[in-house]
Amino acid sequence: MKKLLLAICALVPLFAFAAGPSVQLDKANNDLTDKESLKNGFKTYINYCLGCHQLQYQRYNRTFKDLGIEEADGVANYMYTGEKAGDHITNTMPNKEAAKWFGTAPPDLTLEARLRSPDWIYTYLRSFYMDSDRPFGVNNKVFKDVGMPHVLQDLQGVSSIDEQGNITPAMGGSLTTEEYDIVVRDLTNFLEYVGEPSKLEREAMGYKVLIFLFIFFIISYLLKKEYWKDVH
Amino acid sequence: MLANFMAWIDKRLPVTDAWNKHLAQYPAPKNFNFWYFFGSLAMLVLVNQILTGVWLTMSYEPSGDGAFASVEYIMRDVDYGWLLRYMHSTGASAFFIVVYLHMMRGLMYGSYQKPRELLWIFGMLIFLVLMAEAFMGYLLPWGNMSYWGAQVIISLFGAIPVIGDDLTQWIRGDYVISGATLNRFFALHVVAMPLVLVILVFLHILALHEVGSNNPEGTDVKKPKGSVPLEEQSKFAFHKQYTDKYDIVDAIPFHPYYSVKDIMGVAGFLILFCWVMFFAPEGGGYFIEAPNFEPANGLKTPEHIVPVWYFGPFYTILRVVPDKLLGAVAMFGAIIMLFALPWFDRGTVKAMKYRCTLHTVNLIQFAISFLVLGYLGTKAATPLNNMIGTVASFGYFGFFIALWFYSKNEKTKPVPERVSH
Repeated sequence: MKKLLLAICALVPLFAFAAGPSVQLDKANNDLTDKESLKNGFKTYINYCLGCHQLQYQRYNRTFKDLGIEEADGVANYMYTGEKAGDHITNTMPNKEAAKWFGTAPPDLTLEARLRSPDWIYTYLRSFYMDSDRPFGVNNKVFKDVGMPHVLQDLQGVSSIDEQGNITPAMGGSLTTEEYDIVVRDLTNFLEYVGEPSKLEREAMGYKVLIFLFIFFIISYLLKKEYWKDVH
Repeated sequence: MLANFMAWIDKRLPVTDAWNKHLAQYPAPKNFNFWYFFGSLAMLVLVNQILTGVWLTMSYEPSGDGAFASVEYIMRDVDYGWLLRYMHSTGASAFFIVVYLHMMRGLMYGSYQKPRELLWIFGMLIFLVLMAEAFMGYLLPWGNMSYWGAQVIISLFGAIPVIGDDLTQWIRGDYVISGATLNRFFALHVVAMPLVLVILVFLHILALHEVGSNNPEGTDVKKPKGSVPLEEQSKFAFHKQYTDKYDIVDAIPFHPYYSVKDIMGVAGFLILFCWVMFFAPEGGGYFIEAPNFEPANGLKTPEHIVPVWYFGPFYTILRVVPDKLLGAVAMFGAIIMLFALPWFDRGTVKAMKYRCTLHTVNLIQFAISFLVLGYLGTKAATPLNNMIGTVASFGYFGFFIALWFYSKNEKTKPVPERVSH
């Protein structure tokens, strides 16, 4: 009995150290069924991110199909460097040079939302602040001393950080804070989509399978009951 | 027509006889409870792993350069590739859940005791091969946790004196984990280990049918021939291999009674399985760990290197021992203890309910220790975690030691001759 009590006592502290990440992440609240948001995110990605960050496992035409973009429109409006619609979303930045420029080669972002979570991306892109000690003049609260410049600075403007470590509202951008948050949310949404393009299909199939299985379970229960009448 | 065909076959291969002996006329105790679903479920998951594995192999590329990309190719470009992959990855975790519950059943009802020692050992061999199979399979997606997990586990062999370093190099086929390691793990994962697994499962079932199934009461449904009046014997027809030597009581033919019951179990299991697979295939970061969404990188260590959850209990035992060699010895010792369980238990009463209270307490503390060890294995090794892990490790080994002592002259309750309900 003592051992049992000891073991139960041993269990209690386990719940105390389920510690979260060091920075509180904001909820992205993105919606994978919102095609307009995904298209905006795709556009933002092509314009601001793709120069450095590839999506090397995802194809253009798959993205067009899933986002409801006609292939001809897609080729005209989303593809600037003459690839074929069936190509992967890549860039031509040489990794070796990039590592020299940024300290480390910009990672592929196909699976970033699965690696770090959509909330992380959403918070990260809204957490840049001025820091004159860094090569690009900015630092990030979520990813300290990140090698990346604040690429969306034209949109957001510039924030600074106060002594308590809080980021002040950004100034001088072309968008208001609310507008900027929407741009980042759409981009986050797109990256979650790219992380697992079959997610909506998976969940839709899941409901059908579960309904089937519930019915099958009831039938198999009745069958078992019928057979087992002989036993008792 | 069909009867003639079967007669033709039976003259050449005893198909009908085998069907009767092992299914339609196999005497299974009539009082199997919830815990008896997990044997057939383990078989179901094994078939799932083999079938989805075959189809995954069709599109997977076993090379350091291509493996990670080919998994994403399966997830994106192969028709229902995502489904195959999730069935396989969820199946791996489900396999261990089912097998751990199946083993717990054996502990609770003394199914490892005489005359089922060999049956238990085949089961333990299955468990051992399953762990090797899962460990090698986990390297194949070539994610960063795959890489570092394998690095840590293989380096364990380096703790062995004298031959350690050469041994790890021999296992890896390289100085570090590399494409060479991936290729040999692929070969072992898709050919060698499954073959061994299937053979062991076959032997496990043959051994089971030779000694007969235990039941939650721990009674024997096979009584000496001529000891039971006819009206008290089971009213069902059983194969002559059993009835020639025994009077059968409280038993029913496996088929159709347990086949329909197991189908119900399969339906219930699949509801849970599909719920996870379709709505949370990462299993909360336990079935597919987040660092595995970036490719293997020998220069970038994940924040916490932890093995997949099902190795957690053994990994914690390894970690709480300060010395590397002794830690590895303790870890392998934990598995050897399980193998030796039939000899640690010197009692003759099988079912928990007829044994002493201390045994029930011991079993519960063992189950809790195992769960705590498993949980800690997936967390960082803080001093507090190590302290708790040490206590739980003592609980784990203490189960066997205590069992050996109290089972010798144990005060047991009388075991009824027959199943009461």
